[in-house]
Amino acid sequence: MVAATEAIVNGPGMSSRERVLERIAKANSKAAGVPESIPRGYDCGSTQSTDETVALFERRLQDYDARVFRIRSNEIAARAAEILQSGHRQRIVVPDGLPTAWRPAGLAWIPDDELSIDVLNAVDGVMTGATLGVAVSGSIVLQHGPAEGRRVLTLLPDYHLCVIQAAQVVETLPEAFARLDSARPVTFFSGPSATADIEMTRIKGVHGPRFLDVLLVED
Amino acid sequence: MNLVQLNPPSPDPKTAPPFPAAAKIDLRDTQLRRNIARATDTIQRKRAALVEEKKDWQALRDAGAAIRREALRNLDGYLLQFEDRFQAAGGTVHWAANAAEANRVALDILREHDAREVIKIKSMTTAEIGMNEYLAQHNVTAHETDLAELILQLGGDQPSHIVVPALHKNRQQVREIFARSMGLPGLSDDPEALTAAARQYLREKFLRVKTAICGANFLIAETGGVTIVESEGNGRMCLTLPETLIAIVGIEKVIPRFADLEVLLQTLPRSATGERMNPYNSIWSGVIPGDGPKNMHVVLLDNGRTRVLRDGIGRQTLQCIRCGACQNACPVYRQTGGHAYGSVYAGPIGAILTPQLEDMRHAQSLPYASSLCGACYEVCPVKINIPEVLVHLRARVVDRGRRKLASLFDQERAGMMMMAAIFASSRRYEAAQRLARTAQRTVRHGDAWYHWLPGMAGRWTETRDLAPLPQETFREWWQQRRRS
Ligand code: SF4
Repeated sequence: MVAATEAIVNGPGMSSRERVLERIAKANSKAAGVPESIPRGYDCGSTQSTDETVALFERRLQDYDARVFRIRSNEIAARAAEILQSGHRQRIVVPDGLPTAWRPAGLAWIPDDELSIDVLNAVDGVMTGATLGVAVSGSIVLQHGPAEGRRVLTLLPDYHLCVIQAAQVVETLPEAFARLDSARPVTFFSGPSATADIEMTRIKGVHGPRFLDVLLVED
Repeated sequence: MNLVQLNPPSPDPKTAPPFPAAAKIDLRDTQLRRNIARATDTIQRKRAALVEEKKDWQALRDAGAAIRREALRNLDGYLLQFEDRFQAAGGTVHWAANAAEANRVALDILREHDAREVIKIKSMTTAEIGMNEYLAQHNVTAHETDLAELILQLGGDQPSHIVVPALHKNRQQVREIFARSMGLPGLSDDPEALTAAARQYLREKFLRVKTAICGANFLIAETGGVTIVESEGNGRMCLTLPETLIAIVGIEKVIPRFADLEVLLQTLPRSATGERMNPYNSIWSGVIPGDGPKNMHVVLLDNGRTRVLRDGIGRQTLQCIRCGACQNACPVYRQTGGHAYGSVYAGPIGAILTPQLEDMRHAQSLPYASSLCGACYEVCPVKINIPEVLVHLRARVVDRGRRKLASLFDQERAGMMMMAAIFASSRRYEAAQRLARTAQRTVRHGDAWYHWLPGMAGRWTETRDLAPLPQETFREWWQQRRRS
């Protein structure tokens, strides 16, 4: 505190931090005060049944050209095998914590053991879980826990197979924020990466995965 | 293939020609105007449909405005809270009073890591401070990785829109730039092929370059979080692959709480690109163990922002979340495009932000680059009353002139003050506009108030498409058109 006071007195000797903070305090001398309360009159909850919400989520994902497979939890491994094999995707990266029961036998699973980016760049795809789905915007949210892996896993491979439970799907964004852990990293993805930079023509798959399949687990 | 990085200088409001002069040149470019019309029409159409379906849109705007206003009201506290949390998570926070300092801080960090190259996420803030040219002068090559920014960088061009900066280029022009600079003479002008070429070109850089520079859409005081909103995935590449990441962020970008994003992430994508959600959002704080950069820096930049904060009316400018909706809606911007504004911030937001950042010493013609039709205010997701600020800044411009030229501007100033009052108190905007037109007639009767600016006299009205305060505002015209 003494140092800060000296710096103010000394003016030119102030650090930029002190200078900027002082300028703010001065500029706000009339304005600052008790925090303004935020009028939260917008929709915070769901207006739809769970079935409708899941159906909307599915529709939105399909709008993004993702394929959605509605399955039961005991079918995950079998459907994953089917989908991956029919797409000729062999070398699939998985985060360490992806349940082994989800991984069908006979595929070349590559556990993420601090894989280099060159390896990740060369695999056929990645399979992960998810934290949440948001129906209104067709977003899948990852918080990069054990079944989701570090952020780069779902970025470099060109194909993503994502397992999400119907119970993880909420209707609106405020519901999603109520469930998210603010202390962990968050990645939202809503459809494949895209650009409209050239004549507003939407081109999908600029840098992130170009292909997304979703296993939507309903029990 | 020998690739020359041109690094065009950022537009500098200190040396740019006044708006009417620049606009006059750009208005002759019919290709430019066609490209701009096409892009802004597309975004506006998509935005309108999504706003229409959102029954709580006005409530979201109210909440967004309150969140941003509150952030500014207790800005020092929120910045300190951000700093504390971000550093607790292993990041480093720097403070920069001006552009030169921010550039120097970034360069020092780069030198510490022996970085000769950086990959960059599109950032208007780094464009504002001319970072690419600065780095080039110090032998560091900056590679823009956003497709539009890449087009501009390779083409030696400047951004003309804050969300789609290369909207003034069409596919043939992009093809030419890429074919030349990527050594691909056979490249087609199909956007798909052009995008694929960029993907190829950039992938090598993502995998190789170990240092990245970004901006941020929001800083979160409560969690020390940094939020990056993007479409292409180039952002995520830059955020996760390098070892060192430097974010240059204006101090106004802070928001109080994590959950405030539930509002802003609904309004921003709908306003910016006409999407319910843009393809990618990343939120994180500091250094994540085992995931992404090991050195994470945030440089908090003032560069005139505290000056804007001092102005009771002008300070709402800092609420801006850079969605670009006001640009798309602006009948003046839609005619002239962004370059005429002589600043990285074009359109209505540029017209109010740039002169204030310049302390009204430069870019004085920009507050006049508007018909005050109010379309910008109507679309702004954080309810910045742009016409009110424009009128206020016009009065400040006149004020400055008056100090120099005695009482020549008394009448003008009175007109401005009257219009400011109308805008501030009016609940019905249309009524205000009709009144403003009347006010304008009164003032113009004495001495055309918008003619006093150097370089401005006469030329403005020569430009047929751009008349100040048209008899029929854009909004009235639009409603007429919809009815018929
Ligand atoms: S002023 Fe409002 S509409 Fe314009 S860019 Fe900023 S937030 Fe968007």
